[in-house]
Amino acid sequence: MDIKLENLTKIYGLQRAVDDISFEVKTGEVLGFLGPNGAGKTTTMKAITCYLTPNSGDVKVGGISVLENPDEVKKHIGYLPENNPLYYDMPVIDYLRFVAELQGLTPEETNQRIAEMIQVCGLKGEKHKKIRELSKGYKQRVGLAQALIHDPEVLILDEPTTGLDPNQIVEIRELIKKIGREKTVILSSHILAEVEATCDRILIINNGKIVADGSSEQLRKQAQGNEILKVQILGGDRNEVFKSLQQISTIALVDILVPEESVFEVQSKNDAQSAQPIFEMCKDNGWYIGQLTPVETKLEDVFREVTSN
Amino acid sequence: MKSIITITKRELNSFFDSLMAYIMIVAFLGFSGFFTWIQGRDVFFVNQASLQSFFSIAYWTLFFFIPALTMRQIAEERKTGTIEMLLTKPVSEWQIVSGKFLATLSLIVIALLLTIPYYITVSQLGPIDHGAVMLGYLGLILMSAAYVCIGIFTSSLTNNQIIAFLLALFIGIFFHIIFDILSNGLPGILGNISHYLSMSTHFESISRGVFDSKDIIYFLSIIVLGLVGSEAVLSKRD
Repeated sequence: MDIKLENLTKIYGLQRAVDDISFEVKTGEVLGFLGPNGAGKTTTMKAITCYLTPNSGDVKVGGISVLENPDEVKKHIGYLPENNPLYYDMPVIDYLRFVAELQGLTPEETNQRIAEMIQVCGLKGEKHKKIRELSKGYKQRVGLAQALIHDPEVLILDEPTTGLDPNQIVEIRELIKKIGREKTVILSSHILAEVEATCDRILIINNGKIVADGSSEQLRKQAQGNEILKVQILGGDRNEVFKSLQQISTIALVDILVPEESVFEVQSKNDAQSAQPIFEMCKDNGWYIGQLTPVETKLEDVFREVTSN
Repeated sequence: MKSIITITKRELNSFFDSLMAYIMIVAFLGFSGFFTWIQGRDVFFVNQASLQSFFSIAYWTLFFFIPALTMRQIAEERKTGTIEMLLTKPVSEWQIVSGKFLATLSLIVIALLLTIPYYITVSQLGPIDHGAVMLGYLGLILMSAAYVCIGIFTSSLTNNQIIAFLLALFIGIFFHIIFDILSNGLPGILGNISHYLSMSTHFESISRGVFDSKDIIYFLSIIVLGLVGSEAVLSKRD
């Protein structure tokens, strides 16, 4: 099931929280939704899940409009809201049953799906505990289980890993990856590494507008022009090394990173590669390479570049 | 309809899980029992086999208990954010509101059913007007339904339970006593309107055994207004 946003706009008072956004998520795609706080991520997600009615524009989930037929759309969406609201006074299994019944599952389906969800989300030992008694990581699993209980084709997760410890983050990520293979997933986060690890495609929004769209490699390439290498050359005087580096024809710029250990950062000219000339230079002078690493533009840099005003 | 029952079941369970239901039932039976059987102007003082003294005390205890039961219903869901979880499931605002209404009303009906021993006891003491007792109970249930709707409405307005409680009492007190007082003081049409708006007018006419369409329209309008109002407030979320 695909999701299509058409000129979606949501205004709070004077602020345009989401400003004329259009994009499409294809079936089976995992889309990472990035942006600084208050960029409009949550608002967009709330519009897709029919919680908020947009001021203008439309969202179509599998071709069904949220304005015309919200109840039909809701049946196909599994949603984990921000801060994972749950009924704390209910035992896990009762809560899942409640959600399953609301989703209109038959009693047999309900029992079967609950058993499946408890298995998939690893809630076996916790199923009879009240939700209040669970640790944050387990609460998050309950949140995921309730979102998945009716086997939805579309999954919307609003910051699924906030407040979890590193082990739990890895577990939840694995879970999302596992589930995401067959479903269309939109996942918001401001942890860049997470989005990079789990998503096929990244969408960055800022002030209610889309500022970047593509896979993480595409985004990086967009931001990065020339090749940058970090190189350590040993066995010679660092000033001499510096001078020789500057003389290499493919290198545009040389910078000393750590003078004591003679670590340099070199930037190549357009479309040129400098690894080989550096090696040749070392060979000619009797120096040796301590390390040579390509410096990639990090997603953080891309993010900072497109979202800073 | 299935969704309404699902929500009703959950709400009722949450009343019983949180001890709220037990406290309410014990307090209700305690108060009404004390004033029906022990305090000075009780059944024995009246010297008639009638449940009139029970009905007039239940008329007041329910007035105070109902806002305490309804105050958290929507306010708490707003505060914890579970309302977002609910409304993104395939249920309508209307189903949520009706589910909560039915749950609270069921709890009150359970409390009233537990006073049936009073009825049996009194009927052993002398000839009792069974019709009047039935209508008395019906009057209490209708009155409760009206106050539950007012309570759910005020609970939908805020995410603070105390405000919801006080607001429900504030609105309730007009129906419960202020319109009654006004109707004695105000002349002509205003007096008539206040008289019609007063809960006691309708409650007393029902428990006297007179039950006509005026009373039904009165209770139904408060119930419908309260539910439609809550639904409208829930639908408007920005």
